[in-house]
Amino acid sequence: MSIEIKVPAMGESVTEATVARWFKKEGEAVKRDEPILELETDKVTVEVPAPADGAIESISVQAGATVQVGTILGQIAEGKAGSASAAPASNPQAAAPKPAAPAAAPPPAPVAPKPVPQAVAQPLTPQAAAPVMPSVRRIAEESGLNPASVAGTGRDGRVLKGDMLSALESRAAAPRPAVAAAPSGPRANAAREERVTMTRLRKTIALRLKESQNTAAMLTTFNEVDMTAVMALRSEYKDSFEKKHGVRLGFMGFFVKACIAALKDIPNVNAEIEGDDVVYKNYYDIGIAVSTEKGLVVPVVRDADRLSLAGIEASITDYGTRARDGKLKIEELQGGTFSITNGGVFGSLMSTPIINAPQSGILGMHKIQPRPMAIDGKVEIRPMMYLALSYDHRLVDGREAVTFLVRVKENIEDPERLLLDV
Amino acid sequence: MADSFDVVVIGGGPGGYNAAIRAGQLGLTSACIDKRGAFGGTCLNVGCIPSKALLHASHLYDEALTEFPKLGIKATVELDLPGMMAHKTKVVGELTRGVEFLLKKAKSEAIVGEAHIDAPGQITVKLKDGSTRSIAVKNIVIASGSDIMTVPGVTVDEETIVSSTGALSLKQVPKRLLVVGGGYIGLELGSVWRRLGSEVTVVEFLDRITPGLDGEIGKNFQRVLSKQGMKFQLSTKVVGVEKTSNGLSVTLEPAQGGAQTKIETDIVLVSIGRKAYTENLGLISIGVKVDPRGRVITDAHYKSSVPGIWAIGDVREGAMLAHKAEDEAVACIENIAGKSGHVNYDAIPAVVYTAPEVASVGKTEEELKTAGVAYKVGKFPFTANARAKTIAATDGFAKIIADAKTDRVLGAHILGANAGEMISEVALAIEFGAASEDIARTSHPHPTLSEAIRQASMGVEGWTMQM
Repeated sequence: MSIEIKVPAMGESVTEATVARWFKKEGEAVKRDEPILELETDKVTVEVPAPADGAIESISVQAGATVQVGTILGQIAEGKAGSASAAPASNPQAAAPKPAAPAAAPPPAPVAPKPVPQAVAQPLTPQAAAPVMPSVRRIAEESGLNPASVAGTGRDGRVLKGDMLSALESRAAAPRPAVAAAPSGPRANAAREERVTMTRLRKTIALRLKESQNTAAMLTTFNEVDMTAVMALRSEYKDSFEKKHGVRLGFMGFFVKACIAALKDIPNVNAEIEGDDVVYKNYYDIGIAVSTEKGLVVPVVRDADRLSLAGIEASITDYGTRARDGKLKIEELQGGTFSITNGGVFGSLMSTPIINAPQSGILGMHKIQPRPMAIDGKVEIRPMMYLALSYDHRLVDGREAVTFLVRVKENIEDPERLLLDV
Repeated sequence: MADSFDVVVIGGGPGGYNAAIRAGQLGLTSACIDKRGAFGGTCLNVGCIPSKALLHASHLYDEALTEFPKLGIKATVELDLPGMMAHKTKVVGELTRGVEFLLKKAKSEAIVGEAHIDAPGQITVKLKDGSTRSIAVKNIVIASGSDIMTVPGVTVDEETIVSSTGALSLKQVPKRLLVVGGGYIGLELGSVWRRLGSEVTVVEFLDRITPGLDGEIGKNFQRVLSKQGMKFQLSTKVVGVEKTSNGLSVTLEPAQGGAQTKIETDIVLVSIGRKAYTENLGLISIGVKVDPRGRVITDAHYKSSVPGIWAIGDVREGAMLAHKAEDEAVACIENIAGKSGHVNYDAIPAVVYTAPEVASVGKTEEELKTAGVAYKVGKFPFTANARAKTIAATDGFAKIIADAKTDRVLGAHILGANAGEMISEVALAIEFGAASEDIARTSHPHPTLSEAIRQASMGVEGWTMQM
């Protein structure tokens, strides 16, 4: 009996993915729950397990193609003994029921220079989880414009054909001046340029950041923090902390705690605008930006206010490791209430982070640098860090933003405050 | 006897009874007062429903006479007018009792009597037996509907000079029928009697029939009706009617003035329109504001100028259509219940139940021109539709109008068999902001008349395939 291999549900906001690579070839034996292929979604890579024991009967969607939740990727012949997966290279085609096209190319498949024909034919099939109108589907497929990125003016926010057309129009209008203004001479540089399709993650990053900038009235306020106290605390307890909790005592935990204390004082920074309403969150899910090879992801430390410093550090470490391996789950990236990004790890002295929409604030940490400071009328060298808070001015007033950042500063300069909750 | 309700609806027509039902569904105590004695209002008793019963029966009679021979059927056909009227009466009876059942099911009290608003929140009902009943109420919904409009100098006696009500119950088929007013009521009832054998002449003041409908549709509609034998005198007004030994003599005059002419007929049907019915309700004395045409002025939530008094349907502005009243009923009651009720007036269809039917929804070309909206049009004739050929109903065409830039469907106008059933597809499209391309890319079964709508939609962007 044949069993369909389908694209699984990957979280509420994820409807499509790119087939990154197949681990198995047609005819190869699989065990139930054994990963048979890898899908790349907006944020993470998902492995699709075999739905049953048997052999891969057919592969209908090749690497590089875009697929929807529910799309049939191939078939498994249940119970059928296939060729041994241990030696796939020796005779890969032998057990295949029909001479199929060469199976997926190994790893860097998603960056194929040209999309496989299926990439055009497959997307937005009627099984798509989020229904779109037929004209919108056509335009999306022809132009590559994702309807999810277009503001819909139809009933219940539905994206209409007109919305797609005007989005395309503004997309077409936008890049022109840049091209015209490019100072390059008459030389044709195409031969010396490389054109690569953006990865799904890169496209999503681009889209989300731009959406955030287009929606929020974004503004950044700065302050600086004297790290002397926290550094002293850290060097004193570093070893015993690590011995007891099995995790390194970093600075991030302190900043998370300092931010939560400040968020409790200034609830607007922990709120979001939804239509005409402001939604205040009485929980503190803090997103921590992690840079990976493929791009930036922001896993969320849930209920961080209830975690100990060690708990926060442990989950940040765990996220960091898994983010670099592409093993984060979708739900771990969704629904933060506030975010922290640390440009200091790369040496940034000052920056203006972009809000992780629909949140209303993001704290930017930077490089700790010894600088001469005036302390009690004398010049002292102190380890200083600039802090930045980008905030949505629609919801957060300047006074609140500045107060928030001052609170964070005070909590770091005086970590006892966190203990005493003052 | 004093009672109290959350909502009392005055009028038991499609607006009124649906308002009472919706109130009951939302947990409000409600009552519906109607003076007729049979619920369902004009629509059910002397409007949409009896006319459709006669339209259907007369259409079959006409088809048997004129179409059967073309299809290879030989039949002897005889008209049984009392039997046809009995069918009509049976249908009306069943449906009015159905409304009473629906009210009961929604736990809304059906009260037969004449309502008078004494003050906001206070109604007195004069019951059939002459007694009165006082009712205290939080919200009064006026759904008293409309009444026929008459021509000065022409007195309706419902015997030889009839309104639509009388035209539904003529005792015999008149040899000659003169219809005053080329709107949908006159054309429907004119069609009924023409099919049954009358010579029908329609006199219309304007230079076109079915004012308000898309002009191109109107012109073609008149052509089809003329082909069927109906006569038209446009830009003409009726000045007077005299009874003669030979029936009636009607005096006509050009609309712009000029020499009068006379025309002989047996029956005159006055169908020049309807006016809001607000008499004897006590509205004016409690300060409810009405417009110059006597219609209750409301805001977008159906609130009148007096708090606690609301109005829906024919008694307020807008098209006098049963389903428009029904839509407003739901929205009004939802507003009363603290919900958000809304009616999209661009997506309310209208149908003329002649053969072929005329159905429309959204904007006409004329309206868009006036508003300065750039639009595109796609058309498809039923002569090119396979199903229309097979059922020998190739008159007419479907027309889709969409925004020139966004392709959003703005209007649809259909002249053709079953147009009234098909228009809902486009109403749904408009309600959901669909583009002509969305209809064009939606599968339509073959062979059906509805394929014409798809082909016309394709035509908006120039890819009609089957013509």
